[in-house]
Amino acid sequence: MIDATTLWTAVYIVMLAAFTGYVVISRVPVILHTPLMSGSNFIHGIVLVGAMVALGLATTPLEQAIGFVAVVLGAANVTGGYVVTERILQMFDRSGKKQKEGGLK
Amino acid sequence: MIDISWVIDPVYIVTIFFFIVGMQRMSHPLTARSGIVWAGAAMVIATLVTFLTPSLNNLALIAIAIVIGGGFGYIAAKRVAMTDMPQMIALYNGMGGGAAAGISAVALLGVTTEATGSLAVIGGLIGAISFSGSIVAFMKLQGWMRPRPITFTGQQLVNMAVFALAAIAGILVILQPSWVPLPVAAFLPLFFVLALGFGLLMTLPIGGADMPVVISMYNAFTGLAVALDGFSFATPNYAMVVAGIIVGAAGSLLTVQMAKAMNRSISNVFFGAFGAAEEKGVQIQGSMKSIEADDVAVLLAYADKVVVAPGYGMAVAQAQQKVKELTDLLESRGIAVKFAIHPVAGRMPGHMNVLLAEAGVSYDRLFDRDEVNPEFPGTDVVLVIGANDTVNPAAHRQGSPLFGMPILDVEQAKNVIVLKRGQGKGFAGIENDLFYRDNTRMLYGDAQETVAKLVQSLKKL
Repeated sequence: MIDATTLWTAVYIVMLAAFTGYVVISRVPVILHTPLMSGSNFIHGIVLVGAMVALGLATTPLEQAIGFVAVVLGAANVTGGYVVTERILQMFDRSGKKQKEGGLK
Repeated sequence: MIDISWVIDPVYIVTIFFFIVGMQRMSHPLTARSGIVWAGAAMVIATLVTFLTPSLNNLALIAIAIVIGGGFGYIAAKRVAMTDMPQMIALYNGMGGGAAAGISAVALLGVTTEATGSLAVIGGLIGAISFSGSIVAFMKLQGWMRPRPITFTGQQLVNMAVFALAAIAGILVILQPSWVPLPVAAFLPLFFVLALGFGLLMTLPIGGADMPVVISMYNAFTGLAVALDGFSFATPNYAMVVAGIIVGAAGSLLTVQMAKAMNRSISNVFFGAFGAAEEKGVQIQGSMKSIEADDVAVLLAYADKVVVAPGYGMAVAQAQQKVKELTDLLESRGIAVKFAIHPVAGRMPGHMNVLLAEAGVSYDRLFDRDEVNPEFPGTDVVLVIGANDTVNPAAHRQGSPLFGMPILDVEQAKNVIVLKRGQGKGFAGIENDLFYRDNTRMLYGDAQETVAKLVQSLKKL
């Protein structure tokens, strides 16, 4: 069983984290919704560390197989999420835009 | 060897701090780009420090899996065209959900208490739904599956039954009662099959037009699943808990904002089978009248005020560069040009902004629906480039499936030119009244070529 201290600590953390997520996104212009969705998609890539621990502590072949797949998926979430967000945000970058225009001429 | 695993928690705290700073920066246009770099740096150190976890085995397997998954994610994301970004977000989000489901599965195969087991079951349920649902969303947007809603009679009953069975299977996984005539080892696979099935069934009836809302919701789901899985370990992984909850909360708010922009409630998105039903008994008056590029060029040349309303068609045709050229040309002739951006034009909120920014159109040219709508009556020409549902006046007519959706009131302008590939319907699968209006002319063809033609004709005038 989880003891009471751990439980209430967890509740505090969850409450503050939920509030943080809410505040960070509440006053965002519509144009940034897609990059932010993509960015938060990258951030839940933290699932990778959990998958690493799950695979690292796995003992049976079945656990290892599932853990392996979880790490593969988590790692793809991380790198893919990063690159997609980076590419979307690149367009908001002024210097990058100039380079791009120069390249086309 | 010296045990330095104590660094894990401090590093995770720094990671979370960087994540929050990163998201904060991503929420302002000027700092947005650096935001992802902050978050990315945090992810790298969090991953590295996780290798220090005490009694971690299978290190080689972990490294191989990271290389395979990371390599795939990196290459696929680099190669894909800008227009396909929405489905890539869906795909990577699904993978995150799948990883969360996998963590739950491993946790439940091992030793859990009732508390950690329950959280692992709920995390696994949400993760699995997010996985199969996101994959369906990806396939629909990628065109590997019919984008139209897939419906059958009794669908909602079947869906509810599958969900209920998944929940019951989840309870069996935790309690493992001996009176159920099934081997204990069967509960877990049964649970995951049902959860995956529910994600699939839940997404099938959703049409392509609603996909941004759905992807955003599954994004929040994955965040929540990750947070719950953070509790499935013997000692909670607070990096997962905090990051997951932040994404869950931010993602939920984003989902509500997007749904609001389309004037659709979340339940409507999931149970409305938008676009499946044809409106009956309404005959649209008038006929579609086509026009040639040269004539449009003349119209534009003698206009004082022009508004461009882009949509997904512009993205598909990659016409943004030509559109920018056209607007520059018009402006050099002293014609005022504005862009009317519907919040859900394209496949993602901000999709149009991103494409136009890529082409070098500055932000102060882009106007929200609320800002630009009062201006249409005084506008000489509206160019609708590959937009359909977002300019459909049927949204003002009671009984239309689109009724109530806020639209760009382009039909109030003096002339409306619709650039369109063919005579097909929009993503919502609904006839567009606008095309039959007296002040509307259809300019058929690939948007990029058509706009290029407009530029040429205009230069000659």
